[in-house]
Amino acid sequence: MSAVFKDHEADRKVRVKWWTSRIAIYTALITWAIICFFPIFWTLTTSFKLAPDVMKGNMIPWWDFTPKWKGWESLGLSPRLIGEVSTVREEFLKRFWNSAIVAVSASTLAVILGSLAAYGLSRFNYRFGFMRNSDISFFFLSQMILPPVVLALPFLVLYKSLDLLDSRIGLILLYTLMVLPIVIWIMRDQFQGIPVELEEAALVDGLGIWGAFIQIVLPIALPGMVAAFILSLVLCWNEYFFAALLTATDAKTLPVMVASQTGSQGINWWSMAALSSAAIMPLVIVAVFLEKYIIKGMAAGAVK
Amino acid sequence: MSTEGDLLHTVTADDISDRRRATGRALVWGSAALFFGLALMQFAHDTDRTTLGFDTWRPVLFAYLLWATALCAAQVIVNGEKGKRTLFVLPAALFVISLVVFPLLFALYISFTDWNLASLNGPQPNGWDNMRQMWSDAFYWNALKNMVYYVLAVTVEYVIAFGLALLLNAQIRARKFFRVVFLLPLMLSPVAVSWMVGKSMLEVRFGPVSRIVREMGFEPSFFGTPEIARFMIMAMDAWTFIPFMMIMLLAGLQALPREVIEASKVDGATGWQSFKEVIFPLMLPVSVTAIVIRIIFKLKLADIIINVTSGGPGGATDSVTSFIFREYRDRSNVGYGTLLAMVYLVLIVIFITLLLKLVSRFMERPA
Repeated sequence: MSAVFKDHEADRKVRVKWWTSRIAIYTALITWAIICFFPIFWTLTTSFKLAPDVMKGNMIPWWDFTPKWKGWESLGLSPRLIGEVSTVREEFLKRFWNSAIVAVSASTLAVILGSLAAYGLSRFNYRFGFMRNSDISFFFLSQMILPPVVLALPFLVLYKSLDLLDSRIGLILLYTLMVLPIVIWIMRDQFQGIPVELEEAALVDGLGIWGAFIQIVLPIALPGMVAAFILSLVLCWNEYFFAALLTATDAKTLPVMVASQTGSQGINWWSMAALSSAAIMPLVIVAVFLEKYIIKGMAAGAVK
Repeated sequence: MSTEGDLLHTVTADDISDRRRATGRALVWGSAALFFGLALMQFAHDTDRTTLGFDTWRPVLFAYLLWATALCAAQVIVNGEKGKRTLFVLPAALFVISLVVFPLLFALYISFTDWNLASLNGPQPNGWDNMRQMWSDAFYWNALKNMVYYVLAVTVEYVIAFGLALLLNAQIRARKFFRVVFLLPLMLSPVAVSWMVGKSMLEVRFGPVSRIVREMGFEPSFFGTPEIARFMIMAMDAWTFIPFMMIMLLAGLQALPREVIEASKVDGATGWQSFKEVIFPLMLPVSVTAIVIRIIFKLKLADIIINVTSGGPGGATDSVTSFIFREYRDRSNVGYGTLLAMVYLVLIVIFITLLLKLVSRFMERPA
């Protein structure tokens, strides 16, 4: 390589190359950022539009249209209606609440069961019949392959006879089952990264294996558990298939509500947009503030 | 990880009296007897052999839970310290077995019946009739063919995701901002996406994408022709799931050993050469993991299809899951639908096993 001096021919060449690569990188980044963000922006702004704004294709609030609360009024969630009694709002809040309870309880249950199993599998040797540790791990992880359709109908019948149809508990059980392999996958990786010497020291100091697990290992593995929890939360919150088949009125979740509105003819753009925004907002907020954990959760297991 | 012996050794003198053992066993068998007794009684009640019984099977469920708890407790009572170890895995194992294995066996039974929820007879075994019906069901084969296209689309997603991961791994400002924005689509529920993108942005009259297409001088029609409709579904699904692969690949890129890449630079490799000869081969294991997991998720694809096209036009966008969903929902044809699902499961298991075999053979070969 020739020496790089200011104003030298070679220096100028390097600079041009550097700038072109910069411009190319940032163009690509910004293009994809727009692709990612535009649908969300569109939905959010549409929820404040009126019919003429939608038809004229106005995009930017305060620039080519004036935001109105009409869409949110159809959910009973606008400054004017917030103080009043509103049946639509109650309906919406009920669905929202259902989604929240189901997602949070299923994720909690999955994290508890999954962490225990993952810890056991990473520390001890088991033998259930012909099943060794690796077989047991494979058994848990292989549940990920299971397509929901296969379980849908047996559960429909099972829940009917157990009187769990259209109940939150039924959904919680199913969602726990659905995210359990992912939790085990993440947590196994976490526990394998914790040195055994810590627990050995705890055992010497007189703790039992459960004591060592709860007092020593859990606090260290907590970030991993949060990551697993949030990832499960995302999957459970967005789940549609089982909820559509197994709920009717009481336990209907938010995605089912959104889906049932899209089916009707002559869509009310503003109210649909408001409903969609409300349905995606919690997770968008989660993504913005807890992005670190989501990435940690997905990165675990990918890199060995 | 060692395969022999526990990683965490515990030495305890377990002194378990015979009475304690007997108590433990009695607990398990007692609760099991209660469970089977209740189940039998309820079965007799349902088939009108006795009036004794409950309205629903829920008490049987409670008996089952009692048995499961007793089984867990008995581990400690009977086996002492060794039982405490078993207790880590047992709850999860019981949970999965009771929620997967039994329903699967039940599904196997249903799939050989002519059960239709609309008919009053309940399930009647009909041998291989469902199988024959499946053989001549063009829509099912069509859905399977579509799944092949959908799975193949993963390669394109992989290329885009890899590119984005490389971009995010480059020396850039506002990395965190871009990472969050790129992650956002993954957070959105497929149902919301089907409205936001499928039904509003791609709406023929007022959707912004239609406007752009019209500006360019074409007549927008996104779900009219089979090819374009399928491509649109693929694009929407890719949009939500590219971040998933991207994050995994980004994690892989960040874990790469710096020295190797620097060494290749010192040796005078250009950007493309160092990518092709160093980064890509080193990223192979992560890539394979990401692709396999993505394929597994792809095989479950349904929500977007159900909500945007319901399989149309003419079944061109149908995935197996969405097809069976409609079979349940619209025709209540549960016997046949379940058989289709079971066949799909078998195909998936074969496919994934082959894929994993292929991958492991491919990875073992020295590059």
